[in-house]
Amino acid sequence: MMLSFDDREISAAGLEGGEILLRAEKLTKHFRTAKRKIVQAVSEVDLAVYRGETLALVGESGCGKSTLARTLIHLIRPTSGSVFYKGQEISAMKEKEFKPIGRNMQMVFQDPYASLDPRMTVRDIIAEPLVTHGVCSSKKETTELVLTLMERVGVPGEFLMRYPHQFSGGQRQRIGIARAIALNPELLICDEPVSALDVSVQSQVLNLLKKLKIDMNLTTVFIGHDLSVIHFIADRVAVMFLGRICEIAKKEELFSRPLHPYTGYLLNAIPLADPHLRGKERIVLKGEIPSPVNPPSGCCFRTRCPYADELCAKVRPELTDKGDGHLAACHHV
Amino acid sequence: MAKKLDNIPKTSGRAPVTDESGHGEPPSTEEERKHIEDLAAEIGEADGPKEKLIRLCRQNPLAAISAAVILAVIILAILAPAIAPYKEAEQNLKARLSPPSAEHLLGTDELGRDVFTRILYGARVSLVIGIIPSAISLFIGIILGLAAGYFGGFVDYLIMRLADVMLSFPSLLLCMVIMYTLGRYANSILCMFAALALVGWASVSRVVRSQTLSLKETEYVEAAKSIGVSKGKIMFRHILPNCIPSIIVLYTLNVPSCILSESTLSFLGIGVQPPAASWGLMVNQSKQFLFSSPWLALAPAIAIMVVVLAFNFLGDGLRDVLDPYLQKQ
Amino acid sequence: MSEEFVLDVRDLRTSFLTNKGVVRAVNGVDIAVPPGKIVGLVGESGCGKSMTAKSVMGLVPYPGRVESGSIRLDGRELVGLKDKELRKICGNDVSMIFQEPMTSLNPVLKVGRQVREVLLKHKKAKDKDDAKSQVLEMFERVGIPEAGQRYDAYPHELSGGLRQRVMIAMAMVCHPKLLIADEPTTALDVTIEAQILDLMKKLCEEEGMSVLIITHNMGVVAEICDYVYVMYAGRIVESAPVFDLFDHTEHPYTRGLLLSIPRMTGNPEFLSTIPGVVPNMLHLKEGCAFSNRCAHASDRCRRETPGIAEVREGHACRCFLHEQKGC
Repeated sequence: MMLSFDDREISAAGLEGGEILLRAEKLTKHFRTAKRKIVQAVSEVDLAVYRGETLALVGESGCGKSTLARTLIHLIRPTSGSVFYKGQEISAMKEKEFKPIGRNMQMVFQDPYASLDPRMTVRDIIAEPLVTHGVCSSKKETTELVLTLMERVGVPGEFLMRYPHQFSGGQRQRIGIARAIALNPELLICDEPVSALDVSVQSQVLNLLKKLKIDMNLTTVFIGHDLSVIHFIADRVAVMFLGRICEIAKKEELFSRPLHPYTGYLLNAIPLADPHLRGKERIVLKGEIPSPVNPPSGCCFRTRCPYADELCAKVRPELTDKGDGHLAACHHV
Repeated sequence: MAKKLDNIPKTSGRAPVTDESGHGEPPSTEEERKHIEDLAAEIGEADGPKEKLIRLCRQNPLAAISAAVILAVIILAILAPAIAPYKEAEQNLKARLSPPSAEHLLGTDELGRDVFTRILYGARVSLVIGIIPSAISLFIGIILGLAAGYFGGFVDYLIMRLADVMLSFPSLLLCMVIMYTLGRYANSILCMFAALALVGWASVSRVVRSQTLSLKETEYVEAAKSIGVSKGKIMFRHILPNCIPSIIVLYTLNVPSCILSESTLSFLGIGVQPPAASWGLMVNQSKQFLFSSPWLALAPAIAIMVVVLAFNFLGDGLRDVLDPYLQKQ
Repeated sequence: MSEEFVLDVRDLRTSFLTNKGVVRAVNGVDIAVPPGKIVGLVGESGCGKSMTAKSVMGLVPYPGRVESGSIRLDGRELVGLKDKELRKICGNDVSMIFQEPMTSLNPVLKVGRQVREVLLKHKKAKDKDDAKSQVLEMFERVGIPEAGQRYDAYPHELSGGLRQRVMIAMAMVCHPKLLIADEPTTALDVTIEAQILDLMKKLCEEEGMSVLIITHNMGVVAEICDYVYVMYAGRIVESAPVFDLFDHTEHPYTRGLLLSIPRMTGNPEFLSTIPGVVPNMLHLKEGCAFSNRCAHASDRCRRETPGIAEVREGHACRCFLHEQKGC
């Protein structure tokens, strides 16, 4: 264990003073659909990820959280805007330039059934990053390292030569995690790593991720839609709606004092595993999520927001500090 | 399986990764192992290659028989000079058009050549024509299809329009044109290779392209990209191996179509030239004697049919075996 | 006796005969759904919960079949009915909604027409116009805005939430006595999930309809169910009224499941987990199916299969721990 839990607590508390590992500036990604319409997946996002923290990106499907994460680690090229890694702009880099930097940022994918090549053995899957970046000098060394990684994520070493379809979902996700930590990255992007898993397996994988984060002093960007999972794993939470961030705050702050109306609804909507909370006043958000092809003018949430007025339709609210590093994009807070 | 595992150091004996508080422990290794063993047994990968082969044969007897037939034809073709009772072009004008007998198993033709011998030699031509041009067109089709699917954009457009042009041409006509123009300069069999390979790649590249398009979107390809794996490696290590089932099926279906094309071309008189033997040529030459000596036409026709059917059945069988989704059910 | 319950499933056994052996997907399940109540069937993937529902609807796919047991819908036995008779009941007295609304709607037909077909097929409408007006009324009741326009929409033109509403309208249009909902909100976003759950609750109250909701999400159960069945490896392991289940959890599996859910309160360093994985249904051995993951398992648990016994009024549990208490 490189860092004790208490040290981490301290570094998390002093986040604002902490080192910025990754920063996005006016990051925008538009896709063109087959019908030549433009999908505004991510629009003008400013975001900073501090070293050692777990930043969660929360939102409903189609809000652009996955696209944002992929743009951050150069998997997708942004339409405009830039990404800085330790102060160095990476968004405009060529593949060759990016490769040595890219090894510091790895990703865990959502679907453990689709993210492992069905025709490769577990050894080859976990060894792929090691081989690609020439970490080991011999095959034997690679295999030994793979075995250490497997032990680390809790997959028995005897299954080295097995194929992914012989494992359960949870085991596969562990293999995916082993592949992601193989290069000892600084930044780990987790794209809904547990949403495809069963509840009892979900908690195993969440614990593993949290433990690895502490042991390896990882900085994590955790994408999710399940707020109770986010509450467990995150230090800071960014709520996204229709390609924009509408609120960022420290976890405790966000969960106890949500400022943006959308965050409030999101928190309100989760079915809690306690029937006694059933009687609580539940305000169900009306309507559907607007299309990212044709987002509303002004504040993109105004079509579902009960507080919306003329100002909201005309002027898009900026993400501003409402005190204590709690940022929200709303005219009414 | 057990033998393989002996080389690998057992890690399960060591302390598992676990935090001091006792939470977040990995699942009990014993149970996990049993679970995975069970899964393996279920999929049938616990048995050795011999059991696997038997199981596959039992699952799909038609394909197994077809494979045996093809194997037998290949062996007969290779051993033709040793097995054949006569020489390929050996004439016996005294025994012209004699019906099947102990001396001539399948009778003789108008020049008194032994039909059985010529069928054996004809098998060599048919198989070579079936296997080699298909392999060439497969190779070209895979490379072009991968490139078109993976790079997309202009490359895709160019390759696919070229394929469309190839496919919109009547393939037999194209073969005939190629063979007429090239026939003057080269051996007719080589011409046929070129013609058939040129005609065949388009459909292969289309299939490979569509597979590449869907495979390129999978998470494991994205994962490889996020690791920093180069484009070439992604194409040949992740995409191509996952196309192999459909490629094998395509190949086994391409072979009979080449055999048929050869037969047709030879029947039309522009393929294999006499005195060399080819099944199509034999059918062609027998057409005057269709009623008086039907064995002349029947023997090569049945040979063509059997081999073509065998390849088709094998193709269907392989598709069932190699498709992991079908196999699961 | 059977009038007490809308759906009364007794000792249902559904098996799959595969070439590798028999998979007992549903292994002696008893479920009773009282009128006007929402009953939950909870379990992890592969525990047989969906197969239980499909057995009721007569939708068990090949090579599976209902081996024995009884399924009584409003007093009428469904097991052994001819397919044709069963089709008359399904969609009329009992209907089902599925997890992924996109795959359960025909993509080339307008949604209004698809719902109308159900009415016409079960002869609940005089003619097409009557059917259309009934469909429009139902669309409004399930909260589809601009019902008239949506009537002529194709499924791909609707969002996930609206499609699920159309599915509910289709299931409700014949005013069934029982609605079976198989993971109705799993594919939806949280805010839409909340809408759909509220809608189901509302419809249940208004129509006096019973609902059997199949889910893996304990949150959904806590939110809308009156009574809960917990399923593990083809068997019911615990059944209780919802408050009793959450307040006095008896079975170690249910307890493990509830504890492993991340909470919104407190700040635990790690979550508690159930070690191991769900057993392979093909190789179920004698003894309690949960014994390999259970902290309280004794030799007896690995040898014998515990029976289900009532711990207290309405709360039953399949575990030797409770037998010893001498309830």
